[in-house]
Amino acid sequence: MGAAYLKLTGLVKSYDGRTNAVDGIDLDVARGEFVTLLGPSGSGKTTTLMMIAGFEEPTRGSIELDGEDLGRRKPYERNIGVVFQSYALFPHMTVAKNVAFPLRMRRFPAARQASRVREILDLVELGSFADKYPRELSGGQQQRVALARGLVFNPDVLLLDEPLGALDKSLREQMQVELKRIHREVGVTMLYVTHDQTEAMTMSDRIAVFNGGALEQVAPPLEVYHRPRTRFVGEFIGDSNFFSGRRDGERPGLVLLDGIGAHRVARAAWDEIAGSTVDVLIRPERIQLAGEGDEARLPNRVSMKVGVIVNYGDSVLVIGETDGHPLRMRIAGAQPDAIREGATVTVGWGPADAHLIRRD
Amino acid sequence: MAGGVTATAALPRAAARRRARRGAATPWLLVAPSCLVLIVLFLTPIGYVLLLSVTDPNVSLGHYVRIVTVPLYSRVMVNTFLTSLIVTGLCLVLGFPVAYVMARRRGWITTLLVTIVAMSFWTGFLVRTYAWLVILGNKGPVAAAYAALGLGSPPRLLFTSFSSTLGMTHILLPYMILALYAVMKKIDPSYLKAAASLGARPGAAFRSVFLPLSLPGVVNGCLLVFVVCLGFFVTPVLLGTPRDMMISQLINQQIEELLAWGFASAVAVVLLAATGILLTIYNRFAGLDRLWG
Ligand SMILES: Nc1ncnc2c1ncn2[C@@H]1O[C@H](COP(=O)(O)OP(=O)(O)O)[C@@H](O)[C@H]1O
Ligand SMILES: [Mg+2]
Repeated sequence: MGAAYLKLTGLVKSYDGRTNAVDGIDLDVARGEFVTLLGPSGSGKTTTLMMIAGFEEPTRGSIELDGEDLGRRKPYERNIGVVFQSYALFPHMTVAKNVAFPLRMRRFPAARQASRVREILDLVELGSFADKYPRELSGGQQQRVALARGLVFNPDVLLLDEPLGALDKSLREQMQVELKRIHREVGVTMLYVTHDQTEAMTMSDRIAVFNGGALEQVAPPLEVYHRPRTRFVGEFIGDSNFFSGRRDGERPGLVLLDGIGAHRVARAAWDEIAGSTVDVLIRPERIQLAGEGDEARLPNRVSMKVGVIVNYGDSVLVIGETDGHPLRMRIAGAQPDAIREGATVTVGWGPADAHLIRRD
Repeated sequence: MAGGVTATAALPRAAARRRARRGAATPWLLVAPSCLVLIVLFLTPIGYVLLLSVTDPNVSLGHYVRIVTVPLYSRVMVNTFLTSLIVTGLCLVLGFPVAYVMARRRGWITTLLVTIVAMSFWTGFLVRTYAWLVILGNKGPVAAAYAALGLGSPPRLLFTSFSSTLGMTHILLPYMILALYAVMKKIDPSYLKAAASLGARPGAAFRSVFLPLSLPGVVNGCLLVFVVCLGFFVTPVLLGTPRDMMISQLINQQIEELLAWGFASAVAVVLLAATGILLTIYNRFAGLDRLWG
């Protein structure tokens, strides 16, 4: 992590003076980084973004950009681009006029405005739509105009608040790729708000997971996925099996799972967790069918009663239970013969497949 | 799957066809009573007035020629037009800031303004006209204020074009405010946030975003006020002076005092035509709010 470019310190926002919509956020974003603010609805993501843009005043804490306190600066003095969920394209201006708006406000010479607008419209592949009005464009095209307008003046940071929320699934995936390409080409620092974990996983350099106005974890996508810092993060991102248990102080590497019994986990992870009560996360794709002779590879095994089978084509999700405890298993490829609804199968996982989270 | 889609899509289409076939007759039945009312109560008198204007007392276009050529009458036309223009301008200038605050601010100030506007909207304009008679009259607060300040008696306020313009502006202001408010309220606040984030200072954001988007309201409000003002009668009669007569006063005078039905009808037709022309022009512009909505 390089030096912080955008630095949020102890950021708090309370609308009503009693509850905090944003409750003490510390976040460092490097120049050129793509950071996603991910969290359930109402967890304070938009509020955080609005404080950075200058539309909401922080109750406490500071926002620094490139070492300078943004506190007293008005939104129009900040040089921060915002892409709103509703796009907020000016309906009475053509695409070109919309995109030229920030340049006009900055009193660029007309010739430079025109060439810059053309350049940025080409970047978002809307060169031929310059003279159309927003209402004549599809949702995806409007989205790209909003993006172009937010980028055209070379903002220090671009804030995007659920920009793909209104698009349908295939368009959304297309725009994810597009956004990533634009980020690579322009290199602008981006702060991206979403409640969609797939979006966060596929696009971000780092994910900041929000919960109830606070940050649960800030880390690269794969780390957030494989090594969630809290149970909330593990459950919010990806599919999960969680067991609660106790670390067996007498026998290093062993954890006693409630209702299941002794389970072997990686020694390093065991050592790292200092406390005694733990949550154990096992991702469904880490659970496999266990057979004779692979006890060494899969020392942890339970018998699973198969409930529902969901076939995705490229994988199979098996939802069942073990001793009344729900269990989800995802198998790559086709559905194995042994897996039938109502059947009982032996499944297992290796010591390295369990991730331990300390519970206080 | 594909079959299912076509089947479900075909259903509403067939229903729509059935409806369309039946539809030819039903809407006419539904609007027939109101059409009848319109014809009997609206078109018939207008036709009669039109007829009178060219036949009473004898068949000629003489009345229209007189309206244009006799200075006394053409002055009434011009005066009506100018007064309406002034009242419309005043209403716009006074109403715009009020509507702006109502649409953009939240809290007690908005509640207060909405209450005041609604109350004056629902108070009959005869009542409000009489209120000005009291306020500007000899024993009214204005005169009292002059006396208290030792300025002697105030200049003549009542029964001037000043008082009638004031009264009409006061009466029509709520119409203007509501027309503006209806459009301004629908302007998404995120447009102004977007403008600010793109570097627009509040003044620039207002000029290049809010003002153009509120223009349909301005057009609606101005048209409404202007058209109502063209035909205003009670307020100019009670507050104004006969020297600055409005069209409706002229019509009334011709009928009440001179029993000149033919000439009065011609004047009424001119008033109607002016209103009609305005509405036609507006119709051309009606794309305005669709354009941006
Ligand atoms: N303008 C506002 N006034 C009062 N409360 C607000 C306002 N905006 C958001 N909130 C509250 O703050 C909390 C966080 O909201 P928000 O930042 O919009 O969350 P998110 O974007 O993560 O869905 C919510 O409980 C919401 O009700
Ligand atoms: Mg939000």
